[in-house]
Amino acid sequence: MNAQLDRIGLIFVALLALAAITVPVLSLATPADSAFNIPPYLVQLLGKYLCYAILAVALDLVWGYCGILSLGHGAFFALGGYAMGMYLMRQIGTRGVYANPILPDFMVFLNWKELPVAWWGFNWFPYALLMVVLVPGVLALAFGWFAFRSRVTGVYLSIITQAMTFALFKEFFRNDFGFGGNNGLTDFKDLLGFSLQSASTKAALFSASAIALILAYAVTRAIIGSKYGKALTAVRDAESRMRFVGYRVENYKLFAFVVSAVMAGIAGALYVPQVGIINPSEFAPGNSIEAAIWVAVGGRATLVGAAVGAIAVNFAKTYFTGAFPEYWLYGLGLLFVLVTLFLPRGLLGLLLRPPGEKPRVEAPPIAVEEGADP
Amino acid sequence: MTAADDLVLTSSLLYLDGISVSFDGYKALRGLSLVLAPGEMRAIIGPNGAGKTTMMDVITGKTRPDEGEALFDGRHDLTKLDEAEIATLGVGRKFQKPTVFENHTVEDNLVLATKAPRAVFATLFGREDTQVRERIDVILATTRLAELRARVAGSLSHGQKQWLEIGMLLAQDPKLLLVDEPVAGMTDAETAATAELLREIARDHSVVVVEHDMAFVRELGVKVTVLHEGSVLAEGTLDQVSADPRVVEVYLGR
Repeated sequence: MNAQLDRIGLIFVALLALAAITVPVLSLATPADSAFNIPPYLVQLLGKYLCYAILAVALDLVWGYCGILSLGHGAFFALGGYAMGMYLMRQIGTRGVYANPILPDFMVFLNWKELPVAWWGFNWFPYALLMVVLVPGVLALAFGWFAFRSRVTGVYLSIITQAMTFALFKEFFRNDFGFGGNNGLTDFKDLLGFSLQSASTKAALFSASAIALILAYAVTRAIIGSKYGKALTAVRDAESRMRFVGYRVENYKLFAFVVSAVMAGIAGALYVPQVGIINPSEFAPGNSIEAAIWVAVGGRATLVGAAVGAIAVNFAKTYFTGAFPEYWLYGLGLLFVLVTLFLPRGLLGLLLRPPGEKPRVEAPPIAVEEGADP
Repeated sequence: MTAADDLVLTSSLLYLDGISVSFDGYKALRGLSLVLAPGEMRAIIGPNGAGKTTMMDVITGKTRPDEGEALFDGRHDLTKLDEAEIATLGVGRKFQKPTVFENHTVEDNLVLATKAPRAVFATLFGREDTQVRERIDVILATTRLAELRARVAGSLSHGQKQWLEIGMLLAQDPKLLLVDEPVAGMTDAETAATAELLREIARDHSVVVVEHDMAFVRELGVKVTVLHEGSVLAEGTLDQVSADPRVVEVYLGR
């Protein structure tokens, strides 16, 4: 971490804090025909981008700083989203199509008689929040414990993370798995008693997402700045050397991986009430790969870059999938290739390298931990 | 086991007995035995493929021997421990190719190597204390890197990286240092300075140096073990072993 990057980080936090205040004001307090008015759909869209940005910061912690290219972070995001979705489902109550006070519509439709154990407690918000953190965290702990102890690294690790998200993708598709099958969870009504349709709830969710992104940045920055953070980047650069210096490399990786998964889960939980649906497509392997592209485009090992990359790429996606839907994927692929070739430090690298000056931060080794093996 | 054996075992710092390692049928070590007393400095020489690096791999837990006994400090079975555990016991290793943390500053390289709790939460919440800072200052002075403390290690010259790595070993403060070809690619002046540095280190550490450079080994002036095809061929002073006809044949003959 260098001072320049920290200054950019401070500006980034200030802008987010400003947005957390002004966006709701402009959305709620200005007349709909005013030039300054931000319509609720736009507030919601921006809030969604911020959730992606949290996911990107989480991914940057493991990829940028520890060399673990996880292509399964979409799974943690989706699990957090499902936990929130389950709470929202239980809040529907008798307002569902079948008006069953306990069972969500899809269970009534499947002719289930009672609530599955996995759904118990989800009518209670604090429990749902706990699960938002716990489910992705425990999965990451179990997955990472086996993977890092077995010293699975590099491309192989990326492949098994893809397999993990794909397995969940398949599982959540099944109706009898108990989470709504391919339709997922939707038709949400309200969150903590506030209607999800109202402009003020949308504005509040936007602000919550902005604050969560600030916290994600602050926590990650603190981790990176500690001695642990130095050790983590040393693991990225020369893994086996770290073992010979006496560090339990697998524990270092595991901690970062779990923290990152929890952050991704929180991002997913904020995302679901804003988009109004969670279904198995969130587990699609392509989603996780897209998240890695955001980080690469914004700049690995910069945190702010990852967030900026997520927002920029998704902004472009919203525009292009509207204007030229059939070309978006080609555009995304091209963008990834161009960034890898010409901007190894991503968009943020443009700021970090004033013209004519030597790069201040060395680009970390591309893609995967190679760990100088002596 | 006789009483004499027992004494050798418990009074030694490093005790290797009958170590064999094979990779896909190739025998890298065949019944290698070596005993190092506490405080001793030993030079290991031998032609390419003699098993020098494999021996270091066995001692540091990177490679598990197929058979044989490897004890550290008379009681720790090295064949049962992994790299991090062995490093924590007090075995430091310097690689042939200098491996420092290229993206970290010289100072941070030493901070990471410094003997201190290595658990995740200890490093996450730990504060740097002044004792560590003072130690690092001393090491920076010993390795002549004081001026370069804020430089990124990747930008150091080859010789400076070698010294930084030796400095990291000092920071680790191990009981036993394994040093693999410390003067490879160094100028004569750097070689002489490195020999001096190692002799200084050997005053309060046990050191095993693997080296090809005979002039350097002579400069160290310590007991020499000659390895050949995975076992010990000769042991003694440099003059004794260079007079041994078998050693001459291995090095010069064929």
